[in-house]
Amino acid sequence: MAETIKLEIARFSPERDAAPRLETFEVPYRKDWVVLDALNYIKDKSDGSLTYRWSCRMGICGSCGMMVNGEPKLTCATFLADYAPTPVRVEPLRNFPVVRDLVIAMTDFMHKLVEMKPWIIRKEEKPLSEGEYLQTPEQLDIYKQYSMCINCMLCYAACPVYGLDPLFSGPAAIALAQRYNLDSRDQGAKERFTTLSQHEGIWACTFVGECTEVCPKHVDPAGAIQQYKLTAAKEWFKSMLLPWGEK
Amino acid sequence: MKSSGTAPSYTPYHPKWYRRRVSTYWWLQRGEYLKFVLREMSSIFGAYFVVITLVQLYALSRGPQAYADFENWLKNPLVIALNAISFFFVVFHTITWFNLAPRAMAVRLGGKRVPDLLISGPNFVAWIVVSAVIAWFLLRG
Repeated sequence: MAETIKLEIARFSPERDAAPRLETFEVPYRKDWVVLDALNYIKDKSDGSLTYRWSCRMGICGSCGMMVNGEPKLTCATFLADYAPTPVRVEPLRNFPVVRDLVIAMTDFMHKLVEMKPWIIRKEEKPLSEGEYLQTPEQLDIYKQYSMCINCMLCYAACPVYGLDPLFSGPAAIALAQRYNLDSRDQGAKERFTTLSQHEGIWACTFVGECTEVCPKHVDPAGAIQQYKLTAAKEWFKSMLLPWGEK
Repeated sequence: MKSSGTAPSYTPYHPKWYRRRVSTYWWLQRGEYLKFVLREMSSIFGAYFVVITLVQLYALSRGPQAYADFENWLKNPLVIALNAISFFFVVFHTITWFNLAPRAMAVRLGGKRVPDLLISGPNFVAWIVVSAVIAWFLLRG
């Protein structure tokens, strides 16, 4: 008989359930299968109503983030072999409202992301005829790490501050603000300053550091936040010492 | 939504989301969370050492008798136990703080980010040197 492995999956139907419940499924155990493969197997063979997000299955799209045995993980990069033979518990990402089964509502994150203006802001655009904005490899290297973010929201699921205070802008949004602040082509740091330096911005962060630990792309949002705390403190001192300076 | 009479009216769909509450004991759920809470709590013991030092200076200013009383109070087993626990937390605070320093300081030299050890290392060295100098003053007899 082929080997199998059990998956305990959180199920929640907004029409029927008051709270999520765990349902156990048995799937074939294959060494090269990730948790997402098992979920797809269940949807194909056992229960077509199982609801979850996924797309690229190669760690780029950032849609398949779930809690695997209590840890925020990309299910496309989490192998069953790392857990077998113990059952694998799959739950929706922590700290977000659950829409159905393993699907969470990401409206709040999307809203916070837009507030940070994560795009290149120019005071004035130069005409097309002058060509593109050039950047040296050294200038790219300063922000490149932060540009690796795939918006998978694992850092929000790992952050106890976001769980306790949902007004907190959160790790990924702040790291992406820094991605543009540190870009030599960008001139929007002042526009992002107010959002970043309010209490719900960087100052709500108590540097637990778990966002960085769970990040599948090694973005280090915790580092980005602490570094911006230094920047914001310097800006504050400057505004105290030079109140007539450029606002 | 108001019905306009001729056009069909729809009830806007309101999803009934399930919101999980964060447990009061969230900091016991992961070793890293517990370590974080202990690191934050260690500041209380840091403040306690500051108070002890201020009391010591005050006793010193009031003369030999007051200072002897202060030293006697320090010999109380309960105070020794509290100081031992505080010492542990202050050391824990220092080590975790120095280890986190490179994350908050992105120093760049010659276009490259300086390795973490070059940021935390000097902190540890300065800490050990200062501690050794103080220990030499206190223990030389």
